[in-house]
Amino acid sequence: MAHTLAHGFADPVHEGQAVFRAAMDALSRPGQIRPLATTLAPPAPLIPELAALALALTDADTPVWLDAPLRAEPAVAAFLRFHTGAPLVDAPDRAAFALIADPARCPAFAAFSQGTPAYPDTSATLILAVETLSNSAGPAFAGPGIRGTAHLDAGPLPADWASRWAANHAAFPLGLDLLFVASARLAGLPRSARPVALEAMPCT
Amino acid sequence: MSPQGTVTVSAGTGYNFAYLDEGTKRMIRRAILKAIAIPGYQVPFAAREMPMPYGWGTGGVQVTAAILGAADVLKVIDQGADDTTNAVSIRRFFTATAGVATTTRTAEATVIQTRHRIPEAPLTEGQVLVYQVPIPEPLRFLEPRETETRQLHALAEYGLMHVKLYEDIARHGHIATTYAYPVEVAGRYVMDPSPTPKFDNPKMDDCPALQLFGAGREKRIYAIPPYTQVRSLDFEDHPFRVQRFDRPCALCGAEGVYLDEVILDDAGGRMFVCSDTDHCETRRADGHTGEAA
Repeated sequence: MAHTLAHGFADPVHEGQAVFRAAMDALSRPGQIRPLATTLAPPAPLIPELAALALALTDADTPVWLDAPLRAEPAVAAFLRFHTGAPLVDAPDRAAFALIADPARCPAFAAFSQGTPAYPDTSATLILAVETLSNSAGPAFAGPGIRGTAHLDAGPLPADWASRWAANHAAFPLGLDLLFVASARLAGLPRSARPVALEAMPCT
Repeated sequence: MSPQGTVTVSAGTGYNFAYLDEGTKRMIRRAILKAIAIPGYQVPFAAREMPMPYGWGTGGVQVTAAILGAADVLKVIDQGADDTTNAVSIRRFFTATAGVATTTRTAEATVIQTRHRIPEAPLTEGQVLVYQVPIPEPLRFLEPRETETRQLHALAEYGLMHVKLYEDIARHGHIATTYAYPVEVAGRYVMDPSPTPKFDNPKMDDCPALQLFGAGREKRIYAIPPYTQVRSLDFEDHPFRVQRFDRPCALCGAEGVYLDEVILDDAGGRMFVCSDTDHCETRRADGHTGEAA
């Protein structure tokens, strides 16, 4: 059987810029859903949006960790190695970026690099492919980039997600930053996003 | 067909789109994303040599080059003016290497690169303000060692900065710092807003636009996300106050804006005019006039 490699960006300069800009907008305005158009057709279970962020942000300088479903498909590693040149690492704590196709089984946050007090920017960025992504419901957040409060409903996620995020935010300035991708869209959740308890929200 | 090494050459220049190579852009973009996630924290980055000397905005230019897309509309200001050397040359640089549209109108720009002013017209959600920064470390003149200032930021130990402001009061009776006035971002990091007049500090607070800061020689990038609390440091009995001008702009009559002093002759003649040239021209086009117009 002939094995051909799926194509990368047709126009790496402008497609890479557009994907980065969507990620920049998403992280600087947590809870807002951004459109993310891509013509990539990577090998499953790597979805096109996950591949687009990987191609736009990673290269030989950024160790990348793949979750179990992505690791189980050799074509995914071959695709990423060829198009990005990023070293694929087995230990999640060595990764600058983690690509997660099965967010419900996302490893504990402590497994990833949290950064150090002097260099909090050395923490990992997790990119999760979710099925639902909406800002009309879900947990509420406040903080930088958010006018008042914002909702972000992403799933499926582990049952202890709320306490994980509360701990991640409490460790600020250390902590992980998340990008959620779904079909043709993207949202960001930086460590600065503070979970807002529902009872603490003003009744209107 | 690997993206590494594939290059879209801008027509006529021989350079990649927006001058920088794609690997450099990715490195800067990653630094920008971390800077946004940790508001006010200075992310180290591998700043490149640019075809202009340090001090002419190499940091801001690299940030702009990394975020710029073909559809962006770029405005560049130098001390508020669109028509001074630094602004003109940077605008020309991106016209040549990226072919993007440029403007002098604040409202029409999607990316505004600035040296030491924030436009008078309120910024909006679709805009990014890129600051050129000479010395990004607010504690540098108090503690010269980078290893030490990094620890002070890690520990949020900003007593030194308050001592500096207190010494201002002890010497002058008021806080005499008028530019590069330190701010606290989102309740955590103390940050240098670059040498903008303190007049502009309140505009950074709760701003709808994303604010990015690039220091080329010092190799640091930092950010203030939109709608972020930015507080100018002060004391209860010496609250932060901005400069006031006792006369309006001599050309457009604007009040409550930052004015530049212009010497007119060698006999003491002078006038005060808007430092923001676009704001002044817009007002004059709308029919406002000052005493000298």
